[in-house]
Amino acid sequence: MKFRIVCLAALIAAIAQPLAAETVAERAAPCLACHGEKGVSETADIPSLGGQPAPYLLIQLYLFREKQRTVEIMNEMTKAFTDDDLRNFSDFLAKLPAPPVSTDAGDPARMASGRALITAHRCNSCHGLDLAGRENIPRIAGQREDYLARTLVEYKTNTRHGYDGVMAEATQGLTPAQLADLAHYIARFR
Amino acid sequence: MNTSVTARRSILLAGTIAGLFLAAPVSAQTPPASAPAAAPAAAPLPPGSPLIGRPEGNEAASKLAPVAAPPLPAAADKLPTAQLKLPPGFNIEVYSSGIANARSLRISDKGTVFVGTRFGNKVTAIVKKDGKTENKVIAEGLYRPNGLAFHKGTLYIAELSQISKIENVDANLDKVNKPTVIYSDLPKDEAHGWKFIAIGPDEKLYVPVGQPGNNVLHDKDHGQIRRIDLDGKNRENVAVGVRNTVGFDWNPVNKQLYFSDNGRDWASEDVPEDELNRITKTGEHFGAPYCYQGNFVDPEFGWGRSCSEFTKPIALTGPHSAGLGMRFYTGSQFPAKYKNAIFLARHGSWNRTKKFGGDIIVYFLNKDGSVKSSEVFISGFLVDNKYIGRPVDMEFMADGSMLLSDDWNGAVYRISYGKARTASR
Repeated sequence: MKFRIVCLAALIAAIAQPLAAETVAERAAPCLACHGEKGVSETADIPSLGGQPAPYLLIQLYLFREKQRTVEIMNEMTKAFTDDDLRNFSDFLAKLPAPPVSTDAGDPARMASGRALITAHRCNSCHGLDLAGRENIPRIAGQREDYLARTLVEYKTNTRHGYDGVMAEATQGLTPAQLADLAHYIARFR
Repeated sequence: MNTSVTARRSILLAGTIAGLFLAAPVSAQTPPASAPAAAPAAAPLPPGSPLIGRPEGNEAASKLAPVAAPPLPAAADKLPTAQLKLPPGFNIEVYSSGIANARSLRISDKGTVFVGTRFGNKVTAIVKKDGKTENKVIAEGLYRPNGLAFHKGTLYIAELSQISKIENVDANLDKVNKPTVIYSDLPKDEAHGWKFIAIGPDEKLYVPVGQPGNNVLHDKDHGQIRRIDLDGKNRENVAVGVRNTVGFDWNPVNKQLYFSDNGRDWASEDVPEDELNRITKTGEHFGAPYCYQGNFVDPEFGWGRSCSEFTKPIALTGPHSAGLGMRFYTGSQFPAKYKNAIFLARHGSWNRTKKFGGDIIVYFLNKDGSVKSSEVFISGFLVDNKYIGRPVDMEFMADGSMLLSDDWNGAVYRISYGKARTASR
């Protein structure tokens, strides 16, 4: 709860203040207030951005600006971004360190289920054997479980429109329980 | 930031922002719980899963994933025209830049160039006036508006699962009406859901519906090219067994419909090849998902079937090469040998360790409409196994020159023959 209040205050300040003559680091401070200063989000439902490839971040910022990915606060934050803003923010955020490897062993049955699903559904075919992503494909290893679980459901129901629609296709054969197990496992991947 | 004013404002606005935070999780609908509980470990993939065939644990294959174009268009001075190779006597110049993910092209009778997009949500009009080029957004907030057709003053726009029209579209490009939906009897699948459309000599609208995945035993509403009247009525399949066509055109000589079709992924590096097909009778079957490239019985769905049951392609256009836009050349600016030949834009592969395509190839035809020979027309989009651009669609201008879209760079090029012109950047 503490983190949420801090990040709300930062966001409001950012929205209220003119952005001229600030460095990208200064302008990105409100992003990090919610998404985590060290690449790890401690805010419920807000993804960690650490270790994300710059091309993936650029695509997401673009989709937010164009309202093709609808999260009201992100649409609002990126509304006035120029193309250069999008590039500068994605390059800056891409330098955040990857989240540390989880020390939580998780629920053994769900971990086993998630591990098997990763193999069976070839998640590592695009996200990589280390699930660290590359280029336009996000790092998912160590991402917040709540965000992963929600995102997988949004892809399956196509309420979150992906850039190229690949995840809508990839999640079609998965049940809600399987999606939840995947999120449980990926968040604790090591 | 730590003043009491900010703190108070924070409290006032906190409710609003907290609402925004909650909005996303709430809007995520829970899918119907029709499927059984969590499957046991290592359960086989469901039949027709798009993931079948992906080799597990193979390092080379694990590096392959669909190559998505960057969202932002390249700056005009960063476009690769100087690196592209054309036959002697041909020139290439930038016609317009800065159109994110430029895909399908259509030219109106007044010379306005309309550009669709797959990853964006806009349709753009390129207008040339007094030596200046302007890109005007004429429709936005659309969902994957990849397909365009122009007929008698009306622009038709194909989104992922609906088709709409704008009448008298270029009467005033600064004040264009919102599109009116004419047809929405289409599946909503993301896979192969983006569309190319065209209006035939019969004044019907031709609409493809791809397979809903890489290789899928699908229902009767997928894997086809259908045609409808311009008011959306009287649907009829003109071709089935079509995996995914993103380009077609009518032969000006025999009036038959020719189309490019992309073969399945993950079968192998070199097989199957993509296809160039022609329809000689309404409703004929082109093989997918039972048979690809006319002689490759599919390892999953081909059991008990034979390629002889299906119409064979008239040309194989390369493995994973992704032939998209294709047009017959009916102009007179290019040398005579190109008259009525087929230009095919090969977008280029992703499902291949050594990329293939990224060029324009020409197919020269025999009198009977079959393919006589082919040669590469424009190459150079692929450098050191990486794309510096990707060709998508072509349209010919009234003077016989070619416009070519590049979705990687968000640009449209003009290719002309004869004495070199200065690029009008």
